[in-house]
Amino acid sequence: MTQSSTKISIQGLSKSFGSKKVLDGLNLDIATGTSTVVIGGSGTGKSVLLKCILGLIEPDSGRILIDGEDVLTAAPERARALRDQIGMLFQNGALFDSESVWENVTFGLLARNRITRADARARAITVLAQVGLTEQVADLSPAELSGGMQKRVALARAIAADPAILFFDEPTTGLDPIMGAVIDGLIVDCVKRLGSTSIAITHDMASAARIGDNIAMLFNGKIIWQGPPTAVMSSGNEFVDQFTHGRREGPIQMALRR
Amino acid sequence: MTRIFDPIALLGRSTIAFITVLGELGLFTAAALAGLFRPPYYPRNIGRAFADIGFFSLPVVAMTAIFTGMVLALQTYTGFARFDAQSAIASVVVLSLTRELGPVLAGLMVAGRVGSAMAAEIGTMRVTDQIDALTTLATDPIRYLVTPRLLAGIIALPLLVLIADVLGVAGGTLVATLRFGFNATDYLRQTLQHLHSIDVVSGLIKSAVFGFVIALMGCFFGYRSRGGAQGVGAATTSAVVAASILILGLDYVLTQAFFTV
Repeated sequence: MTQSSTKISIQGLSKSFGSKKVLDGLNLDIATGTSTVVIGGSGTGKSVLLKCILGLIEPDSGRILIDGEDVLTAAPERARALRDQIGMLFQNGALFDSESVWENVTFGLLARNRITRADARARAITVLAQVGLTEQVADLSPAELSGGMQKRVALARAIAADPAILFFDEPTTGLDPIMGAVIDGLIVDCVKRLGSTSIAITHDMASAARIGDNIAMLFNGKIIWQGPPTAVMSSGNEFVDQFTHGRREGPIQMALRR
Repeated sequence: MTRIFDPIALLGRSTIAFITVLGELGLFTAAALAGLFRPPYYPRNIGRAFADIGFFSLPVVAMTAIFTGMVLALQTYTGFARFDAQSAIASVVVLSLTRELGPVLAGLMVAGRVGSAMAAEIGTMRVTDQIDALTTLATDPIRYLVTPRLLAGIIALPLLVLIADVLGVAGGTLVATLRFGFNATDYLRQTLQHLHSIDVVSGLIKSAVFGFVIALMGCFFGYRSRGGAQGVGAATTSAVVAASILILGLDYVLTQAFFTV
């Protein structure tokens, strides 16, 4: 991978909470236009990694380069501009209860003054159609939607600004297998259509195989294995093998007990 | 284990934790106040918060004011009868209401009704990642959620207290005329005779401060909620307790400032 083709480069990223070291000198390069899925057990720091890139958590050390610029040392306005390229699908949707569906979808566009309120509803309906939702849901409150529909609205909100980078935090959590596959399909379609670079985090291996061009396993604060989805089930790495095959006993448990 | 029971260590940890919270509160307040002077402004959020604090709190504040005025008239009459000073009832009722009971009782009622709701709403937004989502959507959560509520609190509570003052006096008038046979016109004349503008203005300034405190505590404790439903519940309790204590403490400080001879 050449430097010029790298959209996001994470170098030596560390973050501790009290005495617990969650990220420990993590390195990860994401090539432009590719989808990387970060897998790993609960509490291994997958969400912390995304939140560090988004600026929601301040890392203790390391560099986060977007388009070759370090967002941690850039001037606040520049860091904001770099991060404005990112659309984020949160684990539970994180839709705003006080806003209607269409207001949720166009929230970021309105906040950035990229659209007038008069045009926003029409734009929201267009984006909702891209995730398989009809105009009828536009004026509903998020609380009136099923879990799958909320996830679609959250996806619509993430893609509404045509972001160059998309993050997906556990996109299929809480969904039945069929709806999970539907959401994965929508994610793949959206990423392809927008030509975005994406990072998804999940511990759902079926979902990881569907949406990832590249899979990276996070353990003990580091990326311990990277490869294509076709190789992950026979990676030859004993930690990855235990995780992907869902074995109760293995090196992960032994390492955690130490 | 022995460290847990070491009183000096415990005192130190508590002191550090308290100072840390005070520091966080200071930064939080500064960030929220900065939003008053720089755009973007969120008029819809200001309107919603104003309706929550002002309009929807009106029934409970009105009932509180009427009954307080009635009880005050009753107590004052029966108490002052021991000194043959029943004629002072109108002045005592109006001064008590405008200077103290109007702002304090309205503040406590609004703290219970609105402060808790603010903490619960913002706390739920925190634990469901909605506040993080705001940040990723180019929106400063403090300016979007907190500044409008502070502004609404500062404006709405004095208006509520003004209404409470009038209704409290009306309640007192009702008891004085119907229960004790006062002439309504004479009673109202006496009410206004000893009422100075500072009595009303001090109460309104107090209520603006209380409105600010209620909104600040509700938003602050909600904003730093952690750990799901239990965390939100704890934030709600903390918001109401902190706002109530601050209202009572600040009431003394402001009274001292206004009426020290």
